[in-house]
Amino acid sequence: MNDDAKPLIQLSDVWKVYNLGEVKVEALRGVCLTIESGEYVALMGPSGSGKSTLMNMLGCLDRPTEGSYLLDGEDATSMSRNGRARLRNRRIGFVFQNFNLLARTSAVENVELPLLYARGVSASQRRHRAVEALKQVGLGDRLHHHPGQLSGGQQQRVAVARALVNDPAILMADEPTGNLDSKTSREVIQLLRTLNEESGITIILVTHDQDIGRHAKRILVLHDGQIVEDTTDFGTALRSLHRDEDHLVVPPPHTPAQGAKRPEGTSKPMG
Amino acid sequence: MNLLVTIRIALRALRKNKMRAGLTILGVVIGIAAVTAMVSIGQSASSLVQGQFESLGTNILVIFSASHRHGPVHHGQGSIRSLTAGDSEAIADECPAVLATSPIVGTGGQVIYGNTNWRPREMVGVGTDYLIVGNWTLRHGGFFTERDISSSSKVCVIGQTLVAKLFQTTNPLNETIRISNIPFRIIGILEPKGANIVGEDQDNIIMMPHTTVAKRLRRTSFDTVDVILVSARAVDRMPDAQREVRQLLCERHHVAPGQPADFEVQDMTEIADILGVITGTMTLLLSSIAGISLVVGGVGIMNIMLVSVTERTREIGIRMAVGARGGDILRQFLIESILLAMIGGLVGFGLGVAASAGITAVINSLMKSVEWPTVISIPAAVLAIVFSSAVGIAFGFYPAWRASKLDPIEALRYE
Repeated sequence: MNDDAKPLIQLSDVWKVYNLGEVKVEALRGVCLTIESGEYVALMGPSGSGKSTLMNMLGCLDRPTEGSYLLDGEDATSMSRNGRARLRNRRIGFVFQNFNLLARTSAVENVELPLLYARGVSASQRRHRAVEALKQVGLGDRLHHHPGQLSGGQQQRVAVARALVNDPAILMADEPTGNLDSKTSREVIQLLRTLNEESGITIILVTHDQDIGRHAKRILVLHDGQIVEDTTDFGTALRSLHRDEDHLVVPPPHTPAQGAKRPEGTSKPMG
Repeated sequence: MNLLVTIRIALRALRKNKMRAGLTILGVVIGIAAVTAMVSIGQSASSLVQGQFESLGTNILVIFSASHRHGPVHHGQGSIRSLTAGDSEAIADECPAVLATSPIVGTGGQVIYGNTNWRPREMVGVGTDYLIVGNWTLRHGGFFTERDISSSSKVCVIGQTLVAKLFQTTNPLNETIRISNIPFRIIGILEPKGANIVGEDQDNIIMMPHTTVAKRLRRTSFDTVDVILVSARAVDRMPDAQREVRQLLCERHHVAPGQPADFEVQDMTEIADILGVITGTMTLLLSSIAGISLVVGGVGIMNIMLVSVTERTREIGIRMAVGARGGDILRQFLIESILLAMIGGLVGFGLGVAASAGITAVINSLMKSVEWPTVISIPAAVLAIVFSSAVGIAFGFYPAWRASKLDPIEALRYE
């Protein structure tokens, strides 16, 4: 790979404004970000800082109000709903805090789900790849268990298998350990780390748990919809996080920041 | 995503909630069952009517004397006795579209054989060609000849009911029965014909030469007959036959152009057509009432599909997150509602057929003389399925469309 290669993810000056009637909430305020293939990035920050919004943006679930997003050179900003569905299907795997598996559907069928929406995958290929993905996360012996018959950690590993089954470029994990105890959390995190190091999958992780964030190779700290720290050193990130928390004592959580309200028409920053 | 997989997913979704699915399709089941039963019974009725007319001969014209008017008082059909046996022969000889004719002279009376007696429903005098005109066949013996007619022979032909009532074990052929103290020799026995359209026993009949009835039983010297039955060469020559008969009779009866004729010609197919229209209209009316319940069933499906979409918002979010397009979601829910409606249609069709079979069985047991056929038509089955699928599409589209337009982020967050 040469230095001129396009980055996997390139966000330039991305804004996300939610129009709630009278009030406009700016969830992202001019985020610029570049992520290369094979990185392991943690998005950290207090609640309401825009982590999840940024995650949805990166995962092509949402489109920015302003700014541009290039995913592997493709412009995801101007894409149609179907175009973004195709990108999610081929390039991105999601792991959610609450697993989001289909109830009363076996593990292997849950994992097959993304392949159902991919063109030209036969039923036998689907089954084969789903079984392989489940073996990869160590659940080769739980193929026909329903989510209700699996522990939290196992359910999350099914979700990881589902995210991997389409060979995506990026695995997005939104608080993947939020519903797990500390032991299974470590297992899931170990699994993500192995996938990153051995299979070279780019991982973007949203967490507010410092023990989870510690494992990432690069940490982005968000505050009030802006990236305030971009570091490979966990200590630096930690200091930045705590400084934010000190400053956050005064305003109540419903009004994230004084600067969040801007007069109409000036939502784009100068310069 | 291919159709087969979509259908499998839809079936699984329905199986997860069997009770609800069953109640949802109930409306469609009832609707289709009602329509099927109505159409099927209507078809039985019209095929019954048709069968009856065919047994009578569909290519028949009936010629009556016109009604006689005495000042302001009408005396009813046949009150002028203007038709003669000569007319009947002339029609047979001179009208090319006519196959055969027979004069009819009616009477009534007691038939006595040995120490038993019976009063037949019909005691008629007929011509030599009556078997052709009336679409009858003989089981045993022969029919009247020209000689029998010209000499007013004391011979008769009897139906199966008379055979049963008067002759238990003896062979009736060539036996002698008495009517008004006149002995008649039985020369022929008719095939059974069964009941007619209004349930009257057509086999309860005795026939004699029309001259015999006129001279010996009615004791009249006039050559007049009650009715002339005319049989056309084919059903499509009925209009020709009717025109020729009118023209000939007008000449023979000296009816001036523009004057009312002293006879009336009735076409049996006209009656059959009218009865067909009546049964058809009744079927249509009942079916459209039944069709309303189909619409109600469709609304039921829509209602449940809307609930289902709301309940499964999270599932829709998950599917969208892993790459399902709006179209995929739309198809999934649409196929679910189509399947619901189609299953309802099939079950309803089965129930409808069972119901109509039951109803015709009840009718047949109540009216022993008439055999209502049970008609199960393949087009009706196809129509039921097509119609119920159409209901599924029409009422499933809106919920499916709503599902496809969900925002994936909000759908994923839905609790």
